[in-house]
Amino acid sequence: MGKTGFLILENGQIFEGKSFGNDRDVEGEVVFNTGMVGYPEGFTDPSYFGQILTLTYPLIGNYGVPQYLRKDQILSNFESDKIHIRGLIVSSYIENNSHWQSYQNLSSWLKEEKVPALYGIDTRTLTKIIRETGVMNGKIVLNNPETTGINFYDINKENLVSHVSCVKPIQYGNGKFKIMLLDCGVKYNQLRILLKYNVTVIRVPWNYDPFSQLNEFKFDALIISNGPGDPKQVTTTIETVKKAINLDIPILGICLGNQILALAAGADTYKLKYGHRGQNQPVIDELNRKCYITTQNHGYAVDKESLPPGWSPWFTNLNDMTNEGIRHNKLPFFTSQFHPEAAPGPTDTEWILEFFIKEAKKWLKIN
Amino acid sequence: MAKNKLNINKILLLGSGALKIGEAGEFDYSGSQAAKALKEEGIKTILVNPNIATIQTSKDLADKVYFLPVTPYFVEKIIAKEKPDGILLGFGGQTALNTGMELHNLGIFEKYGIKVLGTPVSAIIKTEDRLLFRQAITDLGLKVPVSTVCHNISELYKLKNQFAYPVIVRAGFSLGGLGSGVAYNFEKLLELSQKALTLAPQILIEEYLEHWKEIEYEIVRDKYDNTITVCNMENFDPMGIHTGESIVVAPSQTLTNSEYHNLREIAIKVVKSLPIVGECNIQYALSPKNGDYRIIEVNARLSRSSALASKATGYPLAYIAAKLALGYSLSEIKNKVTQATCAFFEPALDYVVVKIPRWDFLKFKDMEQKLGSEMQSVGEVMAIGRTFEEALQKGVRSLDLDYEGIISDDLDKNKIQDRKKNELKDLVPTPNRLYNIAYNLFYGQSIKEIYQKTGIDIWFLERINNVVYTYKNLVTNKKHVKLTKEILLLLKKLGFSDKQISEIFSLTWQEVRAFRKKWNILPKVCQIDTLAGEFPAKTNYLYFSYHRDKNDIEYQHKKQVAIIGGGPYQIGSSVEFDWCAVTAATTAKKLGYSPIMINCNPETVSTDYDISDKLYFEELTLERILDIYDIEKCPFIVSVGGQTPNTLAPKLARQNVKFLCNLPETIDKVEDRQKFSAFLDKLSVKQPKWGKLTSKSQALSFARKIGFPVLIRPSYVLSGRAMFAAYSEGQFEAYLEQSDSVINPEYPLVISKFIRGAKEVDFDAVANSGKILVSAISEHVEHAGVHSGDASLVLPSFSLSNKAIKDISKVSAKIAQNLPINGPFNIQYLVVDNIKDNPEILVIEANLRASRSFPFVSKVLGVNFIELATKIMLGKKLKAIKIKRTKYYGIKVPHFSFTRLRKADPVLRVEMASTGEVASFGDSVEEAYLKAILATGTPLPVKTALLALGGDEGKHKLLPAAQKLSKMGFSIFATRNTSKFLADNGIKSTFVYKVYEKGEPNVVDMIKQRKVSLVINLSDRGDLGVKHLMKEISDGFMIRRAAVDANIPLFTKATIANLFVESLAKCPLDMLKIKAWDEYVK
Repeated sequence: MGKTGFLILENGQIFEGKSFGNDRDVEGEVVFNTGMVGYPEGFTDPSYFGQILTLTYPLIGNYGVPQYLRKDQILSNFESDKIHIRGLIVSSYIENNSHWQSYQNLSSWLKEEKVPALYGIDTRTLTKIIRETGVMNGKIVLNNPETTGINFYDINKENLVSHVSCVKPIQYGNGKFKIMLLDCGVKYNQLRILLKYNVTVIRVPWNYDPFSQLNEFKFDALIISNGPGDPKQVTTTIETVKKAINLDIPILGICLGNQILALAAGADTYKLKYGHRGQNQPVIDELNRKCYITTQNHGYAVDKESLPPGWSPWFTNLNDMTNEGIRHNKLPFFTSQFHPEAAPGPTDTEWILEFFIKEAKKWLKIN
Repeated sequence: MAKNKLNINKILLLGSGALKIGEAGEFDYSGSQAAKALKEEGIKTILVNPNIATIQTSKDLADKVYFLPVTPYFVEKIIAKEKPDGILLGFGGQTALNTGMELHNLGIFEKYGIKVLGTPVSAIIKTEDRLLFRQAITDLGLKVPVSTVCHNISELYKLKNQFAYPVIVRAGFSLGGLGSGVAYNFEKLLELSQKALTLAPQILIEEYLEHWKEIEYEIVRDKYDNTITVCNMENFDPMGIHTGESIVVAPSQTLTNSEYHNLREIAIKVVKSLPIVGECNIQYALSPKNGDYRIIEVNARLSRSSALASKATGYPLAYIAAKLALGYSLSEIKNKVTQATCAFFEPALDYVVVKIPRWDFLKFKDMEQKLGSEMQSVGEVMAIGRTFEEALQKGVRSLDLDYEGIISDDLDKNKIQDRKKNELKDLVPTPNRLYNIAYNLFYGQSIKEIYQKTGIDIWFLERINNVVYTYKNLVTNKKHVKLTKEILLLLKKLGFSDKQISEIFSLTWQEVRAFRKKWNILPKVCQIDTLAGEFPAKTNYLYFSYHRDKNDIEYQHKKQVAIIGGGPYQIGSSVEFDWCAVTAATTAKKLGYSPIMINCNPETVSTDYDISDKLYFEELTLERILDIYDIEKCPFIVSVGGQTPNTLAPKLARQNVKFLCNLPETIDKVEDRQKFSAFLDKLSVKQPKWGKLTSKSQALSFARKIGFPVLIRPSYVLSGRAMFAAYSEGQFEAYLEQSDSVINPEYPLVISKFIRGAKEVDFDAVANSGKILVSAISEHVEHAGVHSGDASLVLPSFSLSNKAIKDISKVSAKIAQNLPINGPFNIQYLVVDNIKDNPEILVIEANLRASRSFPFVSKVLGVNFIELATKIMLGKKLKAIKIKRTKYYGIKVPHFSFTRLRKADPVLRVEMASTGEVASFGDSVEEAYLKAILATGTPLPVKTALLALGGDEGKHKLLPAAQKLSKMGFSIFATRNTSKFLADNGIKSTFVYKVYEKGEPNVVDMIKQRKVSLVINLSDRGDLGVKHLMKEISDGFMIRRAAVDANIPLFTKATIANLFVESLAKCPLDMLKIKAWDEYVK
């Protein structure tokens, strides 16, 4: 049994649990996710950077953690090269896991990656608090909570993207059609899916300027990936996208990329009370009324009332009717607030990536 | 919500008929939800379902109910009469689906211009036909188990290199897996194939998915192609054990994201291609070694799994499926739990659900208790917890089998100390396997070894080990371990009961409970909200967990009343008590009370969260009811859920739980045989002579004194609480010697006089402070000696004299007044009615609760007994209702699932064996009976009958039937003595040999080859008695078993056989009237 640890919320509430991760104190934004599977994928999703994640499913660790195996520069079974969550909160941790792919148990992976984690916490009560009062900052501490000074730092005041983006361009695949991907914290599955369609993906840092003289890569289309934090902090990327819009380059924005594209187009974004994090978020396609179950992981959203002329909502969340993606009425600009690459989650909207490639080719008149 | 899109006004809904193994209460749930959904749309629903005990056949749901067989013949007649616009086939199990398919093939839907709503017939055909299904799946590029047909050995050699081992060899066209076997190499395959090819012209060689995981998904699709998977489930037992026989867990526990979502994606692909409109279920095998999969089957209808998934998630699958059949899209329908979100979403669970089947093998003494690919369980429980351990242990207690958890009595603290040598238990699949695993883990068998033997995933074994390990540490610790707050909390989190904890620490359960309260270790109320807390729920669908700090709901003590439901379906307690519980809840609601329901059976309507204001999906144990009482502090109704709540009543009373209706002393006065007997004596009410004996010699001399035959009720039998009838001293002595019953002062034997030929009567009534308000007298067709649950009940009585009826009413009034009774009750009487004007009325037993026949009498008379009883319990003043004798007859007929219970003896006796019942109406007893017996799936005989009548008495009793059969032109076949007897009485018959006579034609072959279409087999008294205990296979047994296996109508009692033949003679099929319930009961 691990050390006793505490989760202290900004509002003063304290939860006591036992540590099964790295024994150190951290702070972050406390959020919850309702997915029932997919912790290796989820924890390595860079969008979680800076967040203490609570999983509502009460048994975590069941199937262990697979080995780090790389195929074509991409880690299989994970969404980036490391864990991005700042801390983990669960109800029960399962040490004795069982799966043919299991290489180690969750605890040893968390320790290896220096991520603190607590089990034995009433995650449903915690979830309900976040639901009622909205996301808030919190700390995981391992000593007596009373003696710790309560001083919370709001991570969203910072540009978090800079922490998770790649540092130099990386090229994947060798297809004729070339996509430049602005990496704000990309999930590997976006790459895996794109590469199925015989394309080249040039993954570049968030502040990379594809339009500068220095850019040596040619590209046909632009994708802005998912990523953590407040989109308004990522001003450099917004500026880049503005240029791309003016040049009528086909663009797809995913999650944070959606918000960045919206901001670049002149729309506004706002913070949701407690965000959408889960694998069961229903969206409807406003064009044909088809519905999809999607994976989501975001705390901000595009204000659909603020869309400039020429733009329309593409997808809408059926739970709370917030915007889940926009598209331009004439030009090849598309976004999805949810994760078409899933991982973890349902594969209903994987088609969006293929759709984008097709639309881009159509626009560019390439076969 | 927009009006229904298909512009339909009248819909025919097919039910599933009697509860039977493989088709049980889950279809009352699905049919009721469908009816509810249609009602909201203002559509007129015509329901065909002869199961009178169901909620769907109540007044408030369907507009018209036909208590008629769900068969093509009757359904076509109803279609011709009602002219519906559409029909729903997916809500009444396989019965409704098969009937629908036949009607489709007969062109009936086309003929009458009826739309099949929901999943189109073409899709149903694809899922029902094995070959078409395989083709459809492989066309999609998806995988089904590899299967090769082989006709001879040379062909086998040619195919030699194609096989991936292990493979299973199946002989084509053979029933029951005859000639099948598993081969791990070619040599073995050759050997098996040679053998199998001698049995069949072709063999199937299929890949053997040994120890593959079994996974199910529940899928919903609307006609606009929007598709979701509502729930996935993982079987604890691997492939090879029927999912109905397996412990099932939701959501899956050992699947990774890619496995979970890969199977989900495949499910959606399959469903879209079929296509399904509404709900369906898909079953997979998933390799534990590499994640490879096979699609096993798709059920294009609501199923047992979908009922479980509905309860497990809070997603009302049947209700939604009905709406989708009307043309709605999923996004147009609201999520009923949140009222804020829509039905297009996939529930996120923040709890673990465990389903455990309930078997009743002990009721069938000769049964081999082995589980396999065929379903044999009669019911199931569901338990919810925040860990697997918590849910599993709760589930075990919910089974109503006296288990406190997975640690069985064999691991009792005192027993393990005495034990020197510990032999491990067998781990073959049986109902006890779970407890055996715990036992073996306790005695050191490794998880790996258990996995190799059982194929149960290590994850599950680890969880069980977690419980066992903790327990073992406490009971084998040499130091005296004191109960501390930490240990108590740990044990409660692992799902241990207070009682079990008390045994570990040599305390009483009351002391443990007191410690819990002192240390504030209380289970917290958790809400099922379908979205894991993301949105607030508007419904109170609740369970308890020790893994929480706070209750999810605030307690307001308004005008509440709590109803304890019936628990798992089992032989003797079934959907009838669910009807009672639901009726009590809806009545309480109408009276302005807020009803609370407590039940643990996912196959019920009472566990639909919209039936009551609060639903506790919880174990029906004293501990849990007290937990609920502590927070709800409202009175309880214990008299509508059958025997389970009735047994709890005195225990609850001792803890000062308030319950409505009878005083605990009154219940005790009736339940305690001695007290009740003294009470009857005081009232000068007769009862069969009886005695409670504490030694074998005493028992024998008492039996001699009262004279044979006698009924024996042991209070403790190792193999179950079996009743037994002894017709002679020899049998009695043999019983004492050969049965494993224990007789001593602690476990006395109750012996009572068995009055042969006596009529039996069920008296159902409701009383208010001792005054009977309403009553019904149902007469059994079978004479005493057949359990009342297995008897055919006729209302009104058909042969009782007026004097007998008067006397029964008088005696009942006397009993009701003197106890006094308040609420529902039932008294069983024997009537010796052969002396004119001087019938003898004897009380067999009384129950101060609603009985099995309450829905039957309520629906036949058109007076809802439970509604009245509930009103009385809630303090309403009511006037007595005078019911006139009806001009029509209602008859309730049992349904047996003997075809599913391969080795059970299908004979009526004092121990109940039926799994369900149906009822029909008619202008005569015969008309009603013929409809009802056809409604149990009994085929109409076609002019051939076999008579094997044991003993002189039986032969004489059946003479009228034999004469009638002969007159109707039946060719009669008879065994030696019967044939001779018939000839002596001028009836022609063909002699057939019994098996032991070894001649041709042989009786069993005749039956197997279906050369007869009716079997009447009356047993010689001895035949049923001790031989049966000695497990000797008698000729009678072989005849009965063959008849059941060939689905040929079988009668084993003269009374009912006579009625059947009389009905055949009097009522040709086309004379049976197609009348709805409201055409009888105005």
